[in-house]
Amino acid sequence: MNSNVSAHASAQKSQRVVLMFVAMLAVGSVAPFLVYPTLLMKLLCFALFACAFNLLLGFAGLLSFGHAAFLGGSAYITGYLCRDLGLTPELGVLAGGVFSGLLGALFGWVAIRRAGIYFAMITLGLAQLVFFLALQMKFTGGEDGMQGIPRGMLLGVFDLSDNIAMYFFVFAVFMAGFWLVYRTIHSPFGQILKAIRDNEARATSLGYDVAKFKLLAFVISASLAGVAGSTKALVFQLASLGDVHWHTSGQVVLMTLMGGLGTVLGPVAGAITLIGLENLLADKVGSWVTVIMGGMFVVCVLLFRRGLVGELNAVLTRNGLNR
Amino acid sequence: MDIFGIPSQAFFGQLLLGLINGSFYAVLSLGLAIIFGLLNIINFAHGAQYMLGAFAALLGLNWLGINYWAALVLAPLAVGLLAVVIERSMLRHLYKLDHLYGLLLTFGLALVAEGVFKNVFGVSGESYEAPEILQGGVHLGFMFLPIYRAWVVVAALSVCALAWYVIERTSLGATLRAATQRPDLVQALGINVPVLVTATYATGAALAAFAGVLAAPIQQVNPVMGSNLIIVVFAVVVIGGMGSILGSIVTGLGLGIIEGLTKVFYPEASAVVIFVIMVLVLLVKPAGLFGKQA
Amino acid sequence: MKPHRIAQAAGLALLSMAAQAQVSDGVVKIGVLTDLSGVYSDVAGPGTVAATKMAIEDFVATEKPSFKVEMVSADHQNKGDIAANKAREWFEKDKVDVASELVTTSVALAVQKIAKEKNRVVLISGAASTAVTNENCNDVTVHWTYDTYAVANGTAKAVTQGGGKKWFFMTADYAFGHALEKDASAVVKANGGEVMGSVRHPFPGTDFSSFLLKAQSSGAQVIGLANAGGDTINSIKQAAEFGVTPKQSLAGLLMFITDVHSLGLKTTQTMYLTEGFYWDLNEETRAWSKRFFAVHKRMPTMVQAGQYSSVMHYLKAVKAINSDDTPKVMAQMKKTPVNDFFAKNGKIRDDGRMVHDMYLLQVKKPAESKTPWDYYHVKATIPAAEAFQPLSESRCALVKK
Repeated sequence: MNSNVSAHASAQKSQRVVLMFVAMLAVGSVAPFLVYPTLLMKLLCFALFACAFNLLLGFAGLLSFGHAAFLGGSAYITGYLCRDLGLTPELGVLAGGVFSGLLGALFGWVAIRRAGIYFAMITLGLAQLVFFLALQMKFTGGEDGMQGIPRGMLLGVFDLSDNIAMYFFVFAVFMAGFWLVYRTIHSPFGQILKAIRDNEARATSLGYDVAKFKLLAFVISASLAGVAGSTKALVFQLASLGDVHWHTSGQVVLMTLMGGLGTVLGPVAGAITLIGLENLLADKVGSWVTVIMGGMFVVCVLLFRRGLVGELNAVLTRNGLNR
Repeated sequence: MDIFGIPSQAFFGQLLLGLINGSFYAVLSLGLAIIFGLLNIINFAHGAQYMLGAFAALLGLNWLGINYWAALVLAPLAVGLLAVVIERSMLRHLYKLDHLYGLLLTFGLALVAEGVFKNVFGVSGESYEAPEILQGGVHLGFMFLPIYRAWVVVAALSVCALAWYVIERTSLGATLRAATQRPDLVQALGINVPVLVTATYATGAALAAFAGVLAAPIQQVNPVMGSNLIIVVFAVVVIGGMGSILGSIVTGLGLGIIEGLTKVFYPEASAVVIFVIMVLVLLVKPAGLFGKQA
Repeated sequence: MKPHRIAQAAGLALLSMAAQAQVSDGVVKIGVLTDLSGVYSDVAGPGTVAATKMAIEDFVATEKPSFKVEMVSADHQNKGDIAANKAREWFEKDKVDVASELVTTSVALAVQKIAKEKNRVVLISGAASTAVTNENCNDVTVHWTYDTYAVANGTAKAVTQGGGKKWFFMTADYAFGHALEKDASAVVKANGGEVMGSVRHPFPGTDFSSFLLKAQSSGAQVIGLANAGGDTINSIKQAAEFGVTPKQSLAGLLMFITDVHSLGLKTTQTMYLTEGFYWDLNEETRAWSKRFFAVHKRMPTMVQAGQYSSVMHYLKAVKAINSDDTPKVMAQMKKTPVNDFFAKNGKIRDDGRMVHDMYLLQVKKPAESKTPWDYYHVKATIPAAEAFQPLSESRCALVKK
């Protein structure tokens, strides 16, 4: 009896997962013809960034204050490779992801020996170092930033200077990254991460090498954040100090919190909400945007800690629609 | 006479300047350390409270004719009162949760405060003059020391010493420290813990505002003066050890001096040297220089 | 084919040719991309939006064009990426024809590239660096109001020739600061002066005391401030505090009337600066500035006056050829001399530089100032031919040598 019920429940669940992916693919394929594609591409890049960040905070319980280092660092690397060395875009993005993965390994190795706020502060400190390097090194262009990054020809064949073509490239990158995060969360590795997040001592006592798991989660998170940054650099054909500034690290925390920590779609919802609102309001309220963002943040922390998706899930569960 | 290739005049001058900056760092990190050490809250609004203190002095002078000396007392009081409101209405609900939420709330509040002031006052900021008696300077031989800066060191260190004494040596301080560790017991002993907590947060904020008033005559009073400073102060507190009062004071002063020396040899790095030190210290002494192992 | 059909076809052909020389959609859309809330918001900011509005209203009232003129504005927050993205959105989605103002060098450089790609006009009023008309030059850009060469040339030359031979530079550590220091150093040396040393401070900086200390012990007579906005203001304040002045004098290499207003005459008196416009120059400038003051409540900076002037010149060019086609408008603008309250006998060169007279100014002592905003003595007019970098030294690919 019980196995029947749980089999039914898990079949329902995988049905819903498939539905989710299909819906995302459908909406994503139609959207560029309805909404300004460059805005959509920005949303997708930040959504991927937030998903990567959520993997670390929502699922491994590690708050990093320096994630901008990965977003921006790989943007510069990809920019340099594509503009000055003529790499094709997909190789540029890949290289950016690898670079951030390595940087993440370095950050992680230094930071993981500490926990909680100390971990966060170390990541902040290391990110500030990256910022300093970005500011001082010649190839980044310092305050001017790296400009004129070519979008290039995907695989040497598809011209990405067309906005629609570029959009589908970005969408593909996003879906691949999102799928990777999803698989990671729902794998045994992901389960162990959650266990570490919930009770580290117990996980250690069960014999897991907690540091190694944390490090791996950090590297995956950093690489995907890097991929997001590289893609963004190609979309806007720019890499700048704003990408490595600690405000950007703060932004991704905001996005993830607003969307829902520890949920699958939360970071996507949070990114869309934040960037969308910024875009919508910027022309109407000018510099009051910061105040509104701050206010929303405060409200979220006090009343909607589960974030948009978290609250939605709770409502659905209460009404028996969630299992 | 040259020290490391720098004329001794310049060298000692920079050291003294570093000491002055260090005094600021000390007062600011003291406030942060008090709030964290005693309340376990990471007060990201500290920079905004520093800014509010400076603005309170400026607006107090322009609108109400309140002079500098009165502002030194009234601005912290005003900001402290605001902090009481924040604590009672918002922060209070977050104590039982992860540190993260207190941090995020105060971060959001800082954004709001900065945004409002930016819109109303613009970013250029306004001048605020030091009182007549503190203007001018003294020739020390190796440098010209503005009297106001000397006053800053004296005022800041006095306040730090006072705070340290109250927390570490008086029964009030002992009660506070006990209240963080076992609030239930302290409450059972008849002491109103929530009031203590509110008062502590307000005191931390007031300290930030006090530093703001001290800073007003030195730099333009502008809405982003706090946000540029806040992460540096965080680094100072972390290096000193998050809960240690003495640690934050000593580290603040020390870091001011190190920053000053960096400006002599490699000025471009002066903004980042504190973070380098932070990472190094945390690798070697994980709980900070004076911190207690959790 | 029947004759009247041929006539019809010919008539249609003629009509479509005429239709090509028309303003697209019948609307000219001007985008004002500026710093609305940051360090340059007083220098440029909302004032430039107001100036643009004034220009459009005046243009429509006096020229009565056949097309509509609209304006959009946005805040780039001094960030190149925000500016580039906004410009891209304007050009791709909102049919904006020209991006203007663009204070902050990194903003201007980024938008120049986007505009070239999308074939739209760029009118730069606020940005400073000579890179705009040298390394980054293109044929869709006009650099209107001033640049680092002009301000450095004016001030550094005057001060050095006036006796300030030994210089020390305090430089904002980014491209603009470096450019300003470079241009000013060259002028100092060319006029028989000596650069005793320099120090770079982080941008933006707050505490300049240690850098000022270096300057004090350098033996220099003049401290050149190769920075702008809040950095300049703080440097000057702290220099006074540390007794650097009046023993050594300060040269604000890029200063605006709003900086002087913010600091007060007591602190800035006797300082030299070079600007492209001063509200109190003559009857024409006074008349325009009074109108501007009525709207903005502050006297115009050269950036704001330059914004009005450049927008007006653009609109007149569009009307003259009845087209907003970018290469044609650019050609028309370059063909037409600039003669308004802002610039007399101004001309746009091949590299995009609008050359016009600059003014060497000295800040009045408090007792000398009779009315609000009465801040400057006009020491000299630097004629257009001398004020800007000569084409012979240009590093721009468009300049035929």
